[in-house]
Amino acid sequence: MNMQQAIKMTAAESALVDAYTAQIGDLPGDGAVLSLRDTLVHELRTAGLPTRRVEAWHYTDLRTLLRSVPAADSTAFSERVDAIVPGSSVLSVRNGQAELKTIPEGVTARSYSESLIDGSAAAGLAVLGADDAIGRINGGLVRGGLEIAVAEGAELKAPVEIQVVQSHGQAHTRFPVSFGAGAKATVIERHLSTSAEPSFVSSVSDVTLADGADVIWIILQQQGPADTHLGQIRFDLGKDAKLHLFVINAGGKLVRQELHGKASGEGADVTLRGINLLGGDSHTDVTFTLSHEVPHSTSTEIIRNVVFDRAKGVFQGKILVAKDAQKTDAKMSCNTLLLSDEADFSAKPELEIFADDVQCGHGATVADFDRTQLFYLLSRGIPENKARAMLVNAFVAEIVEELEDDEALVEALEGVISAWLEKHA
Amino acid sequence: MLEIKNLHARIAEDGTEIIRGLDLTVKAGEVAAIMGPNGSGKSTLSYILSGREDYEVTEGDILYNGESILELDASERAAKGIFLAFQYPVEIPGVATMQFLKVAMNEQRKYRGEDELTTPEFMRRVKEAAANLKIAPDMLRRPLNVGFSGGEKKRAEILQMALLEPKLCVLDETDSGLDIDALRVVADGVNALRSPDRAVVVITHYQRLLDYIVPDTVHVLYRGQVVKSGDKTLAHELEANGYADIIGAAA
Ligand SMILES: Nc1ncnc2c1ncn2[C@@H]1O[C@H](COP(=O)(O)OP(=O)(O)O)[C@@H](O)[C@H]1O
Ligand SMILES: [Mg+2]
Repeated sequence: MNMQQAIKMTAAESALVDAYTAQIGDLPGDGAVLSLRDTLVHELRTAGLPTRRVEAWHYTDLRTLLRSVPAADSTAFSERVDAIVPGSSVLSVRNGQAELKTIPEGVTARSYSESLIDGSAAAGLAVLGADDAIGRINGGLVRGGLEIAVAEGAELKAPVEIQVVQSHGQAHTRFPVSFGAGAKATVIERHLSTSAEPSFVSSVSDVTLADGADVIWIILQQQGPADTHLGQIRFDLGKDAKLHLFVINAGGKLVRQELHGKASGEGADVTLRGINLLGGDSHTDVTFTLSHEVPHSTSTEIIRNVVFDRAKGVFQGKILVAKDAQKTDAKMSCNTLLLSDEADFSAKPELEIFADDVQCGHGATVADFDRTQLFYLLSRGIPENKARAMLVNAFVAEIVEELEDDEALVEALEGVISAWLEKHA
Repeated sequence: MLEIKNLHARIAEDGTEIIRGLDLTVKAGEVAAIMGPNGSGKSTLSYILSGREDYEVTEGDILYNGESILELDASERAAKGIFLAFQYPVEIPGVATMQFLKVAMNEQRKYRGEDELTTPEFMRRVKEAAANLKIAPDMLRRPLNVGFSGGEKKRAEILQMALLEPKLCVLDETDSGLDIDALRVVADGVNALRSPDRAVVVITHYQRLLDYIVPDTVHVLYRGQVVKSGDKTLAHELEANGYADIIGAAA
């Protein structure tokens, strides 16, 4: 008997371990995958979920915040949902089941459960470190997902929407996606719920960009008001590759979206844009780490948060500049509009610089409505609630406008934002 | 149409009194000019008329069509037909000019129980009004007032006024920063709105604008009070002799 087994599991911890036990023999995987799963769940059982004492989870004490986890239900059903951008190719996972109907030219895809069964998934199941609770839960329980490869030089005309729809119960999905050299694509990773019943979703995307690939990756989280979403994206950029990450949180009760990546090739460029629309009693955490490992790579991060009601938000952004990574240029900013006295946002930008010839900067502000702007709108007959909504919208719309090359995409995302604000403001 | 009676008002934040017992009456169909040296309270008066909450009325009343408007907020006053062309129009990044115009027009219509404008009807009105004011369509595609030159901002104010068709128009130094051609365009825009059921209050330093928008009455504001009223000849007197005599007499 291991001493650590003495910890008393919380209801949520027990539910996760039970979900695993109940599915043994049913979860896909070869010998290596199954034994990895065992190890991960054993770690979960002994270490428990992370608490605020774990630095990476300081603002999101998962052990306390995650009160319960709904039981896995393989019979759950959810309806089809239209693509957020008309004309996209939709590859979906509905209640854990992959559907591969519209694979565009230049793309190959297969169900991730096949990679689990043939064992090729094993290497990717390793956690990122001792504190990688999301990787651990997901690796133990992952069932479905998609493995996608965009061919070298392929330029996709329409976005690919990876659609994860969950009505209730649990879903644990993975998306290893590789972009060949010079490939150009827009991917929308979209998580949504079709019911108000609670669901628990963990999802890990593992994205690699070969040299010169140019990718826009949007994570659009629109889950229900009772849902837990634990998301993670791992990314690695080759030489002169460009990754534009865009995270929009517009739903969920307990949300943690992690983004962990490396600029491994010279000239790699990472852009992170984040919009957190927070309301009700929700808790939403966006945690970003980027390691500049080679010279001449660049990154900018801009996060805009709008917080209503008793919602809480967290942004942790950590940029590491390796000793050899001279001429790195990294900028980070996080601006928040707090719209109620009980709303709260914690921002923790961090820089760890081991090289000496670099330009890095960060800033975090809490903004308030500009009174003059508000009065100007009112003086034109726009009622106060509507005027405020317009200003909130303007605060985040400014960021979406950066995607102006794709008008349909901008329109779709602005639609998500204004629909959310109409409901909450 | 507008009756201001013994108005006292102060800055809400620090209690400084700016308007100190001001009386002014403007009838329907009238164009009233308000003149006065810098810092006398002209802009403050215009803000108080339009309901800016940074100021507190401590005494007196403002009647609009016979009813007090002190309890109405800025958007209600606007929907009832009060319009202020700002001395310094406000830039709002992230708000598209066209969307702003549409929301403003439709919200006012909703308040008055009228149907919303259809998109083609809205577009038609904007195009026509913009052409009259020599506003390039490209300007309307930018975020509200962002990157507009001083003159463009003033013309955009008059465009809004033309589209919203207010009953009481207050123009706060709309002439400042305009060259003579722009001044003429703006004045034409204002004159086009003159009608028996509409009143215009023109705040200005200079006689120049009043050559184009000829006032029925002229009022001199000093230290938060109207210290002298007259007809358009008063504006010429001020132009010739400055404010010193009048201020001296008032002090
Ligand atoms: N919000 C404010 N905060 C501080 N001072 C103000 C404010 N509004 C007006 N004032 C002061 O009140 C006086 C009148 O200002 P204003 O109405 O702008 O004059 P005018 O438009 O006639 O030049 C000035 O001394 C100005 O500094
Ligand atoms: Mg002024």
